[in-house]
This record gives sequence, structure tokens and C-alpha cells, in this order.
Amino acid sequence: MKNVFKQMLVAGALLASVGMTSFAFADDAPAKPEAAAASVATAASATATAAVVTPIPAPDVAVASLPAATADAAAASAPAVVANKGDTAWMLVSTLLVILMTIPGLALFYGGLVRSKNMLSILMQVFMIFAVIIVLWCIYGYSLAFTEGNSVIGGFDRVFLKGIWDPVKGSFATAATFSKGVVIPEFVYVAFQATFAAITCGLIIGAFAERAKFSAVLAFVVLWFTFSYLPIAHMVWFWTGPDGIKDAASAAAELVKGGFLQQKGALDFAGGTVVHINAAVAGLVGAIMIGKRVGYGRESMAPHSLTMTMIGASLLWVGWFGFNAGSALEAGDIAALAFVNTLLATAAAAVSWVFGEWMSKGKPSMLGGASGAVAGLVAITPACGFVGPMGALVIGLLVGVICLWGVNGLKRMIGADDSLDVFGVHGVGGIFGALATGVFAAPALGGQGIMDYVANKMSADPYVIFDQVKVQAIAVGTTIIWSAVVSVIAYKLVDLVIGLRVPEDEEREGLDITSHGESAYHS
Amino acid sequence: MKLITAIIKPFKLDEVREALSEMGVQGITVTEVKGFGRQKGHTELYRGAEYVVDFLPKTKIEAAVDDAIVDRAIEAIESAARTGKIGDGKIFVYDLQQVVRIRTGETGNDAL
Repeated sequence: MKNVFKQMLVAGALLASVGMTSFAFADDAPAKPEAAAASVATAASATATAAVVTPIPAPDVAVASLPAATADAAAASAPAVVANKGDTAWMLVSTLLVILMTIPGLALFYGGLVRSKNMLSILMQVFMIFAVIIVLWCIYGYSLAFTEGNSVIGGFDRVFLKGIWDPVKGSFATAATFSKGVVIPEFVYVAFQATFAAITCGLIIGAFAERAKFSAVLAFVVLWFTFSYLPIAHMVWFWTGPDGIKDAASAAAELVKGGFLQQKGALDFAGGTVVHINAAVAGLVGAIMIGKRVGYGRESMAPHSLTMTMIGASLLWVGWFGFNAGSALEAGDIAALAFVNTLLATAAAAVSWVFGEWMSKGKPSMLGGASGAVAGLVAITPACGFVGPMGALVIGLLVGVICLWGVNGLKRMIGADDSLDVFGVHGVGGIFGALATGVFAAPALGGQGIMDYVANKMSADPYVIFDQVKVQAIAVGTTIIWSAVVSVIAYKLVDLVIGLRVPEDEEREGLDITSHGESAYHS
Repeated sequence: MKLITAIIKPFKLDEVREALSEMGVQGITVTEVKGFGRQKGHTELYRGAEYVVDFLPKTKIEAAVDDAIVDRAIEAIESAARTGKIGDGKIFVYDLQQVVRIRTGETGNDAL
């Protein structure tokens, strides 16, 4: 075990020094755009070498396509777009809200659901995954997800976050939003997206709670983040922004620079595919490959504190406004719409889950209320900026009962020990939400339709629900397959090197004492 | 001297304590315990998982009393803890050989 950590440290130091070298080279090296277009398979493995051999300059986002000389001239004639302070403030608050969702929100929601002997292992896994992913995000994650590369993965322009602060010009780079002429500081965008990556990786651990080895969890998450989260985030969300779109020709030119699913026209406002389906599939694969908990189905594995779970679910609900309304990237109409939709769909789903449970099982439960709310939050995530409030209401009402089935009938059908129902809630709710987005985004159903950035208003073309649902299905299918394949390989690798689960006696004693040497409660 | 051990429903604890104080019992020891009798357990449902809870929470009371008041003490516990529904609990009485008050060294009835 010690050797593994030693190797990881050495590799990390090596990577860091390589990054610094490329940063130093960046100013005088010629542009090599084709270097960024390396195939996915080699892109990640070539991280270290590519940066040395073909250092990629760090272009200012606003003038990325212009040669240096004309860029200066342009900057002199047209004043650069400045970020609005209100937008910046809102995005900083949104970022904090997503952090609140993860630690403590998700940690407590999950923690309350396990037995008291495993409470700290859950809190610890979520907490440390958050920390590790934030570090990786700033080293290479942001660059691979949100810079121009090919349609599957980004490039290395922003490795180590280089180029956002330009010491020569003395200025900070900005990031595009969904409105022409509206930007936010790129550092805010980096931080906001960092929290998304972190919570997505944290979500996974609920599926194999109470039995996974801590070192294995961290190793898996690093692999999965690199080879599944980053490509899916790039495929769904990366585009060059609306400012370069002037006419049909430039619209087409800009479109092909975007991610694969962005080009297809998939709608995912805040992360139904990227976050929820992606994480849920990784979780389900993990639950199957790690195997069931000792005593599963025979011994009581009742939640040790639904009080904690209720607090966690409530923090998730509150934090989710940053997640969803923040995904508008500015403080305006769409943020307000996403806010209302997040409020309404969540409430509707809590109501429908609890009443469904009351009717089918006899009693309305607190856990049902909390689970329903989370299911509603998951389902409205991809839809919140595209659908109208009544669309959100229908999505919420439906997802409550669909996910109730997800953790009952479907769970029995799958037969895996998905400890905290990550797939039943996030997977099922995410898939339903992604498909429903295609339906309720239709203007005929009160939705926003599709934005036409050439005319800079909503598209005049008729919105065909069936076609959009088809595109949504492609996005869902791509995410499921991609995440599943990466997960199987990553779990297998970790199993070979570290081993995925703790020995049976440690599992029986509880992970708090055996993995972390401490107890959550003293009586 | 007798040691009375009573297993009662937790929410009856205050009534039992009051009844014992009123009739002169100077102190009791209380423990939260779990167990089963004729009441059996109940089922709990967490999402899709159903668990049969066999052991129900009960409260155990221990009181050391003088032979002279043991019958009245038993009666006091009995009437205070009774709901008439299944699961009201049981009272056990043992002979007590010796009692020592640690602070003063008193023994026997003086220590009660």
C-alpha cells in the first residue's frame, strides 16, 4: 500500500513539473492546434509528454482565433466586454451553494442512510472526493472539459489554469454565457464547474456504501473523473459561446468546435446526463462488481439517522438552486425560470412519492419525502432552464412515482445491492428528466424552445418533440454506455492493484473503526 | 430486603417514578433496554427494504426496598405502568443479601 502512494506522489510531482515547463514555454511557442485534436484514447495518456513536445500557447478566450498583432489592434479599437458585477456575484453565490450541496448536504443525506458504524466512512468519502476532485479540476480537469479540442475531449490550453490571468496585458480572461455580449470572469466559471465535477464523483459512492475500501474509492474516482466525467462534460456542454455566431456560416463553423452531443443539439441545462446518469451508471456498475454487503437481505441495514438524512436532503434542495439557477451563468430571466422550476418540480415530486408510498405501502415516511425531493431535483436538472413551470410540475409529479418504482420493483429486478439507491433515484430520475426535457421544452407545452443565435431570438422553426426526444435519447444512451465501459475497466484495474472491498471481519466491525480509526458516536 | 426489577414501557417511566417516590422508595436505577415478549416486534420500511424489528425498546427499573414496603412498591409499579395493552412489561422480585452506602459505610436497611 505504501508503495502505491509513493508512486502516486512521484507521478504527481512529475506532472506538476511538466506543467510548469509548458507554462514557461507557452509565450514563445508556435500554435499547434492539431495537437489538441489528439484522439481520446491518447489524449489523457499523453498528458505528460504532449505538454513538453508541443507546448500549446494559452490564448485569451476573447481573441482566441485572432493572430497576436490584430488582437492588439482589435483590443484597442473595441473595448473588451466586461463582466457585470451582479452576474459575477450571483455566480459566486451559486458556486457556494453547490459546495453546500456536497459538503455537508450529500454527505449527511447519505450518512444518515447507513448504519452508525459506517457513518464516518461516508462523510469521509464524500469530503475527500470533493477535495481530490477540486485539485484535479484545477490541474487538468477544467482544461480537458472546457477548452477547445475535438468533439469528445478538450485540450490542454488551461492546464494548471494557465492563461486566465495574463500578466502581460494585466487582465483576466472571461468566459462566455448563453447571451451575446454577456461574460463572467473565467475564474468564477472554473470554480462553478469544479463543484459540479466534485459532487458528481461524490454521488457514486452511495451505491457501494458500507463495504468499499477507502483507497479503492479514491483511486476509482480519479480514473472515472478523468475518463468519464471530463469527456461527457465536454461532449454535452462545451461550445465556443454565442459571441462568435454572426450568420449561418459562422454558426456552422462555431458548432463543429463544440462537443459531440452539443453538436447533436442535446439539451441538458444543469447536468442530467453529465452529472446524474453518468454517476448513477458508475454507481450501479460498482454495486454489481464490488458485490453485496455481508448479510444483505438477512440482517437489518436500516438507516441509522433519518434526522441527518432530512437535514442532508434539505441542504441539497437549498444548494440545488445554485446548481440549477446558477447554470444560467447570469442573473436574469433564465436563472429566475430555473429557480421556479427547481422549487416546483421538487415539491411536486416529494408530494407524489409520499402519496404513492402512502397508498401502496400504508404509511407516508420521512425517508419517502426526502427521496421524493431528491428525485424531483434530479429530474428537473436537465430541464430547468428550458421548460415552463407547468412542465416542471408534470415532471415532478411523474418522477416521484417513477423513482418510487426505481427503488422497489426495478431494484428487485436488477438484484444488485445499490446501498443508497443511487441508480434508483439518480439514474432513473436522470433518464426520465433528460427525455422529459425534450418533451416539455416545446413552446406548445410552455417551454422555451431552441435559441437561434443567428437571429438572437428563439428559433422560428417549429419544435418537433419527437425529434428532440430522439436527440435526448442519444445523449442518454451515449452517457450510459460511456460511463459503464469506463467504470468496468476502472473498477477492474483498481481491483487488481488495490482490491475493491474490505475484508469481511472489517465490514462487520464497521468501516469507521477499521478504515478510519474513529467512531461517529460515543454513548 | 428485596430488589425489584421492572421492565416497563418507556413512556410510563415518569408515572412509575412518581408512584414509587410517593410511597417512600428513596432511589431507583433506570436502564434503556431492548427485548421481546408476547408483544413481538414490528416491521419498518425504508424505501424498498423491509425490516422486522424483533426487539422493542423498554425501560428497566431497579429498586432496592425494605421487606415492609415491598408489596406496596410492587402494587405502585403495577398500577402506574399498566395500559391494559399487550407489552406492559413484567416485575421481578429477588431477595437482596446486602446493601452498602458507599459514602458512609452504612449497611442493610440503613443504607436503603
